[in-house]
Amino acid sequence: MSLLEIKNITLKFGGVTAVDNLSFSVEEGEVYAIVGPNGAGKSTVFNLISRFYDPVSGSIEFDGHNLLDHPPERIADFGIARTFQNIELFDNASVLQNLLVGRHRHRNTNMIQEILFTPKVRREEIAHREAVEEVIDFLDLQPYRDKLIAGLPYGIRKVVELARALASGPKLLLLDEPASGLSVEETQDLRWWIDDIRKQMGITVLMVEHDMGLVSSVCDRVLALADGAKLAEGTPAEVQANPAVIEAYLGVGAA
Amino acid sequence: MRIHFKTTYNHDIRLFADRTTFLKYAALLVFAVALPFLIGDFYLGEATNVLIWAIAGLGLMLLTGQTGQVSLGHAAFLALGAYSNLILLDKGVPFIISFPLAGIITGVVGTIIAIPALRLHGIYLAIATMAISILADDIIVLTERWTGGVVGMFPPTIDIFGFEIERWTQPDRFYYLVLFTAVVCTLIYRNLLRSPLGRAFAAVRDSEVSAAAMGVHIARTKMTAFGISCAITGLGGALMGYYSGMVNNETFTIVISIQLLMMIVIGGLGSIHGAFFGAFVVAFLPQGLSIAKGWFGTSSVAIPGLEFGVFGMILVLFILFEPDGIYGRWVKTRIWFELFPFARKDMFKRQKSYLKTERLR
Ligand SMILES: Nc1ncnc2c1ncn2[C@@H]1O[C@H](COP(=O)(O)OP(=O)(O)O)[C@@H](O)[C@H]1O
Ligand SMILES: [Mg+2]
Repeated sequence: MSLLEIKNITLKFGGVTAVDNLSFSVEEGEVYAIVGPNGAGKSTVFNLISRFYDPVSGSIEFDGHNLLDHPPERIADFGIARTFQNIELFDNASVLQNLLVGRHRHRNTNMIQEILFTPKVRREEIAHREAVEEVIDFLDLQPYRDKLIAGLPYGIRKVVELARALASGPKLLLLDEPASGLSVEETQDLRWWIDDIRKQMGITVLMVEHDMGLVSSVCDRVLALADGAKLAEGTPAEVQANPAVIEAYLGVGAA
Repeated sequence: MRIHFKTTYNHDIRLFADRTTFLKYAALLVFAVALPFLIGDFYLGEATNVLIWAIAGLGLMLLTGQTGQVSLGHAAFLALGAYSNLILLDKGVPFIISFPLAGIITGVVGTIIAIPALRLHGIYLAIATMAISILADDIIVLTERWTGGVVGMFPPTIDIFGFEIERWTQPDRFYYLVLFTAVVCTLIYRNLLRSPLGRAFAAVRDSEVSAAAMGVHIARTKMTAFGISCAITGLGGALMGYYSGMVNNETFTIVISIQLLMMIVIGGLGSIHGAFFGAFVVAFLPQGLSIAKGWFGTSSVAIPGLEFGVFGMILVLFILFEPDGIYGRWVKTRIWFELFPFARKDMFKRQKSYLKTERLR
């Protein structure tokens, strides 16, 4: 069985059909990319998985759970973490605090214990901190630990958002345009990281990305989307060679 | 300049960052405890007033500064705290129980009131909560049977296992009660800041979508923030009742709500220090103004709304020139001295390099 299985989902915003009877599935351990022109509905697919929107029809199954039965706050508990296209960090908090929020789904203490800061809270805090430090080491964020997000450059914020998602210890990582706005060197780092995330950490990755160089080098399979519907699916090379895809990207007649 | 050498994660978790910080706060506490021996009754009363405002401010700070939920309804929660305490005392409940219970009752009511307000943000939430403040007046008059309505209630002498605290004749004892409450509330606030719930508050404040995506239950977190905030404010209200010597429907008006909100903005949103700094300004502004009026030789002329106008002006100046409040200014000044002469002019500039339009797409 696939880790994530999306069947026939449709979502409309007023008159616009953002996602149109879309089906695809992501296998455990693979890196799967969604590509497509702006407005194709890629981010909307992520927001459907995050349960921010309710589809008109269809189903989303993850690891044996029907996600449509659950509210957005439960999705992290199943082991899904994500980043956002337009970075959504906690701007007035430090990098460390942001990453620690990533640990929230592992919270085992209640309000009263935390108000009293019992020994259990302290033990848990140290455990969370250790988990977060591993991510900090992995992504080389040591110099920024105590820095406020509001003062950090764009590239670093993107890494912090990835780090926050990793800190939650997910099974599935959703990355919405992780390389957009990054320099060539930063994109290169990202390539190694995604490789390691899959190989060493065993995390399945579903990502939206425009950089075909990155997609070809790290992804096993690619889904091409246009106007919310599936255009093509296959290996990066297959999808890039698909006439329908070339046409969608370059306009009618180019193919 | 101090450099922290951290050897365990406990360094970041414990109450005080290092020995120097600990000694500084220990000295402050010793000073606070010694205060009744250092100053006269009049100024001790003023100090008590500052601490009571600071307690109420800590309550609102937790909600507005920490969780990002603006409330103009907190005067109503001050009132609820004050009346709960007095009514419980009236029914024969001892102070040692009625006082904390007043906080808990206010907290529970605050949690319930939060439910319909959950979907509101920013200015809309401010307006909705303002309605609570306005309604409180009428509710107090309507429930005259318990609250005494317009006539009001008069706090009796506090009795803790035979140990009496009379606010007027024993200002030092009352001061210690208030100081103790302030320290406890500060510790609660501080403990929350270093645990998951406090981080969830900040997460809800800064980005609800990503908080939800990380597993933070938005509605529950906001309700909890309202609850704890109102509980602390309720304690502040109970103490304010004693301090003013009488409470009626006009003790906790919407003006108090506005003053409380201005206070935490001036003090510095999102910091414990801010609540205390703001309380200083609120408590000493009337004195400062009467002194200033003396300079201008108009001390005998009553100018209606002057205090409020000046307060509003200070607020506007802070929003324009120092949005981080007195606490922000204090931190910057301290860092400037620590780095002297290496501080750069643009050191505290914030980088805003992306737009938050199209947030989800
Ligand atoms: N919250 C929304 N309200 C209305 N329309 C939306 C909303 N989010 C996305 N859309 C529309 O849905 C379509 C798909 O958008 P999106 O998923 O962001 O595209 P992509 O991420 O592929 O660039 C676009 O036409 C967009 O305008
Ligand atoms: Mg998008």
